Amino acid sequence: MSNHQETAAATHQTHRDDVGAKMGMWLFLFTEVLLFGGLFLVYAVYRYQYQQQFHIAAMELNTGIGTLNTIILLTSSLTVALSIAAIQKGNKFLSMILILTTLILAAMFMVNKFFEWSTKFSHGIYPGSKELAAKPNGQILFYGLYFVMTGLHGLHVLVGMVVLTFMLVFIKRDIITKDSYAKLENSGLYWHLVDLIWIFLFPLFYLIQ
Amino acid sequence: MSDHDNKVHHISYGTYILVWVALLAFTSITVTVAGIGLGRYTLFIALLIAAIKSTLVINIFMHIKFDEPIFKVFLALSGVTLLIIFALTFFDVLFR
Repeated sequence: MSNHQETAAATHQTHRDDVGAKMGMWLFLFTEVLLFGGLFLVYAVYRYQYQQQFHIAAMELNTGIGTLNTIILLTSSLTVALSIAAIQKGNKFLSMILILTTLILAAMFMVNKFFEWSTKFSHGIYPGSKELAAKPNGQILFYGLYFVMTGLHGLHVLVGMVVLTFMLVFIKRDIITKDSYAKLENSGLYWHLVDLIWIFLFPLFYLIQ
Repeated sequence: MSDHDNKVHHISYGTYILVWVALLAFTSITVTVAGIGLGRYTLFIALLIAAIKSTLVINIFMHIKFDEPIFKVFLALSGVTLLIIFALTFFDVLFR
């Protein structure tokens, strides 16, 4: 055992446990799944109780902008995955370009979200508005869940952007390299989770007909 | 598979792009199906497609397929936990 550690210490300057780091990330993702899972549970129960109201309220949502954001987020997931593949091949420049592309796509997602929410606000639909309060209970619940769930998801996108910006700097400064890319991998896992949540949010909010 | 650096399985650019194309295809299917309006089946199909898309993202983008078994255990554990919570809640809601 000690012999193994010595050889490990000889090859690496500092001790590293990439599997351990990834395990920690997955445990964190587990808590994220439960966080959003709880919200999906609330959604499921109220959609079951107010099926008609949910349908009527969902008609107001813009399917086009939802679809566009789905495509943007799926593509950003691809560019993160590709950036890891690039750094594994030692292609630092390509990896940085791909992270930058991911950041631009994430920003596009948030801009779309901004316009989408602004339109809702201008129609008097926002949490606690008089117009919303005048609607039936089922529709109030639908919009409540819509703002909380897409809002929390949007917050995750913003956090992901901050994390990925750090990764971009780390690659530039050779902190993330061909042989040590656990940080980038874990950031990628987080980003894919954000994508995963959207994969479910999209049909549940935008595709009710 | 020849690239066994630190027992890490490297996925090629091509595989990722293929998965991305599949994800976009499933997105267009789910939007189209929702537009047709199959009534009660719409939700079922939408969730089925979301599940297929998730499987692709988890297995390939998140490397679960090539990672150590412990990560599959983590994933199964969180999935089963959610399932139990959903089942127990609906057991209450449906038979209240």
